[in-house]
Amino acid sequence: MSDSVETAAIAAPVPAGQSGTVVRSTVMRRLLKNPMGIASLAILLTIAALAILAPVIAPFEENFANISKTLAAPDSVNIMGTDSAGRDTWSRLLFGAQLTLLSALLCAGVAIAIGLPAGLIAGYYAGKFEAVSNWVVSILMSLPGLIVLLTIRAAFGPSVWISMIAFGILISPSYFRLTRTAVQSVRNELYVDAARVSGLSDLSIIARHIFSVVRAPIIIQTAAIAGVAIAIQSGLEFLGLGDPTKATWGVMLSEGFKNVYLTPMLLLWPALAMALTIGGLVLLGNAIRDALEDGEKIKHRKKVVSAESTTADAAKARPSRKSVAAVETGTEHHLVKVTNLGVGYPQADGSIKKVVDDVSFHVDRGEILGIVGESGSGKSQTAFSILGLLPDNARIVGGSIQFDGNYTVAPGEDRVSQERLSKLRGKRISYIPQEPMSNLDPAFTIGYQLVTPMVRVLGISKAEARQRALKLLTDVGITNPERTFNAYPHEVSGGMAQRVLIAGAISCEPDLVIADEPTTALDVTVQADVLDLLRELQQRLNIGVILVTHNFGVVADLCDRVVVMQNGRLVEEGTVREILRNPKEPYTQTLLGSMLEGKTPMTMLVSKPGSAAEKEPVA
Amino acid sequence: MIKFIAKRLGSGLVVLFVVSVLTFTLLYTSSGSIAQNILGDQATPEQVALKEEELGLDQPLFVRYFAWLGDALTGNLGASWFTSEPVANALATRIPVTMTMVFTAMILIAICAALIGVVAAVKRGWVDRVVQIGAIIGDSIPGYVIGVFLVTILAIQLGFFPATSTISPGVGPEAWVYSMTLPVIALLINGVTGGAQQIRSAVIKQLERDYVRTLRSRGIGEREILFKHVLRSAAPAGLTVLSLQLIGMLGGVVIIEQIFALPGMGPLAVTATTQTDLPVVMGVVMYTVVVVIVVNLLVDILNGWLNPKVRVS
Repeated sequence: MSDSVETAAIAAPVPAGQSGTVVRSTVMRRLLKNPMGIASLAILLTIAALAILAPVIAPFEENFANISKTLAAPDSVNIMGTDSAGRDTWSRLLFGAQLTLLSALLCAGVAIAIGLPAGLIAGYYAGKFEAVSNWVVSILMSLPGLIVLLTIRAAFGPSVWISMIAFGILISPSYFRLTRTAVQSVRNELYVDAARVSGLSDLSIIARHIFSVVRAPIIIQTAAIAGVAIAIQSGLEFLGLGDPTKATWGVMLSEGFKNVYLTPMLLLWPALAMALTIGGLVLLGNAIRDALEDGEKIKHRKKVVSAESTTADAAKARPSRKSVAAVETGTEHHLVKVTNLGVGYPQADGSIKKVVDDVSFHVDRGEILGIVGESGSGKSQTAFSILGLLPDNARIVGGSIQFDGNYTVAPGEDRVSQERLSKLRGKRISYIPQEPMSNLDPAFTIGYQLVTPMVRVLGISKAEARQRALKLLTDVGITNPERTFNAYPHEVSGGMAQRVLIAGAISCEPDLVIADEPTTALDVTVQADVLDLLRELQQRLNIGVILVTHNFGVVADLCDRVVVMQNGRLVEEGTVREILRNPKEPYTQTLLGSMLEGKTPMTMLVSKPGSAAEKEPVA
Repeated sequence: MIKFIAKRLGSGLVVLFVVSVLTFTLLYTSSGSIAQNILGDQATPEQVALKEEELGLDQPLFVRYFAWLGDALTGNLGASWFTSEPVANALATRIPVTMTMVFTAMILIAICAALIGVVAAVKRGWVDRVVQIGAIIGDSIPGYVIGVFLVTILAIQLGFFPATSTISPGVGPEAWVYSMTLPVIALLINGVTGGAQQIRSAVIKQLERDYVRTLRSRGIGEREILFKHVLRSAAPAGLTVLSLQLIGMLGGVVIIEQIFALPGMGPLAVTATTQTDLPVVMGVVMYTVVVVIVVNLLVDILNGWLNPKVRVS
């Protein structure tokens, strides 16, 4: 047991570049900190120790029968009593543990020996081998385990080892599928590509980079499979299909069941042993998974917290008084007014991780505001708090949001009011997402997904909504709206899907559209079209737009004003012309520099040869 | 859709064929001297040779296989070597008991696991924690151990239910309900705990999908999102979970029937296995594989209906 735990610990999901010992010690420590981890380890180690020491500590041989003392109650000689043949229950329990653990290990070992290499090869090379193995897997998985073991028993006679080898083969698909999926997910990762380019053989790439990815899931899977193996092996023994010369928990359970009218206590011991062992394995699997997941969370948290811990103190010191003050100053009327907004996520240790802090801006009708920043700057979180679509665990930790003069987040509230926003969402505020494909429900036609919101929000008939949807599809530049209307999302291209989403966003004639990186996932040629479309619609419908992007090219192309965000805070605000010509903050300058360097400006700039185009983009 | 079903049906038949070849080969090449086994140790070599001829064991394996296959296709699965009862008859009298139990348990699992899983995914909080803990406990205690304790406590100690079955041909539905309650409970507990947890994960995964957020942004209500979109997308995963549960249950029911002395397929299979009554073993394997293939086909069809992408590809 201790062996497998150690390996589990190494296998933190950091495939390359991390020192193994460091990762191992932290995961191991987390595992030991977790009461579930400690308890399960203690149980399993105790059982393993008892099993190993069985020949030494068992007071009797496993089959030693004292026929003058059958079905005896516990006493000083037989501490758990005896069975119907006068055999000592405690001794048989110990020897049973030996056999049970060994058979579980054998089963898991066989399953790994088959499933792991097959999964690695199928995942790495794909092709024919994968097709054939998938087919074999589908057969193996449609066979009920116990029925197969009955067949094996009929064919080969009563041997624990043969039946566990057979069960190992039967259950190997679980390793195969796990490994294949894991390998497929990293096969085209950069570091694997890099290893390939640097001339490493496939074998060493698999051994070094890919194997490390699947280690952790395999350990977790092994805990589960060992438990299943114990259950099924004991089940066979319980049916009386095992080797009659061996003491096993299954045989003891069946022995107890036969004498249930006389000494029901005989049932308890083997059942308890099984429940403890299998339960220990299940808990251990869960604890390792938790330890690994916590590791990822902590790593992720560290990245953000380092940048925010400084602002968090300041935020704590700021009482709600200030947000009240902000309301008093907010007399002028804007379409959206965000005042001193803060968004945070409660952490396990009770603190709150701030992802948006003290952000204020406004948007008017007929205006496009760009929110610019790198990933993790809090720009999307800001956008989602206006939409009221933050994840469930998010909290508003300060400030307010007003839409058209009404609060959607009043000062002092820690959540976006869903009640108020559900009246606005779809109707007056709408949303264009980043990734077109994943934002359409694959199970419904595009037409359905356009028509339903209009029916719900505008209260018009389906037929009318259908007419409007077709018109909208034409408006967003789709040449055959009828066909797109009837298509499922997977039947259209990404650019087309994004046009559909834009059509959906404007379908209920909103006053405000929030577009979250609307062109990032699209081809460059399609990007320009979609931006043109957005601008055209915005001008025609006179709506306010919040454009969330990391791309200053898009900002230059589209926006009237821009706010720059970094680490959850607003660092600069101004008209596009000001910011692009004359960025004041060093962060904005770096952001601009990194955007424009070595790239052709996206504007129609006629530059003289040699002039520094990147410094003078015309908005 | 018809093409899709035909394709699935075809691959099901191929699986059935492959399994029958493998099982037949395994059984008839590995189990030593079958005739000797049947006749006992006292039999003379002549008697053994005669018996082998009678059973057709002197012929090459593939000849025997195709003879078996030819018979099987006409519904004749051979006869038991020990009781001479036709295997098809033996199965026909026992399958109703087993399948009533399995499908009752399955329907209850589907309802309970789906309800609990969805509530845990949507409400989270304490329901969710109970489901998580329940899954650990359910995973830790095999169904037959639960069965043994149900009999011991509810039937033997408290006398609420009969300890062994009161089912015999021609008994009324009351006896069935009375006899089946405990076995069905023993069968379904693991299924409910495990199924609920997996359905919970499937629903949570769907709730976190991008399109759910976009639907919310379009003004669609939570209820409609859950019932029309999320549950529909989570259904394939849920169906797969349930079909795997059913496959496992076809094995588990063998032990449960033994515990409750139910006259189902289980005791037949166990006796045939200990006696090396190969035609019966073969019949039991084929029957369960057919059940699995039919269930998987139904699941595929349902998935195809739920997910247009599956249907097309």
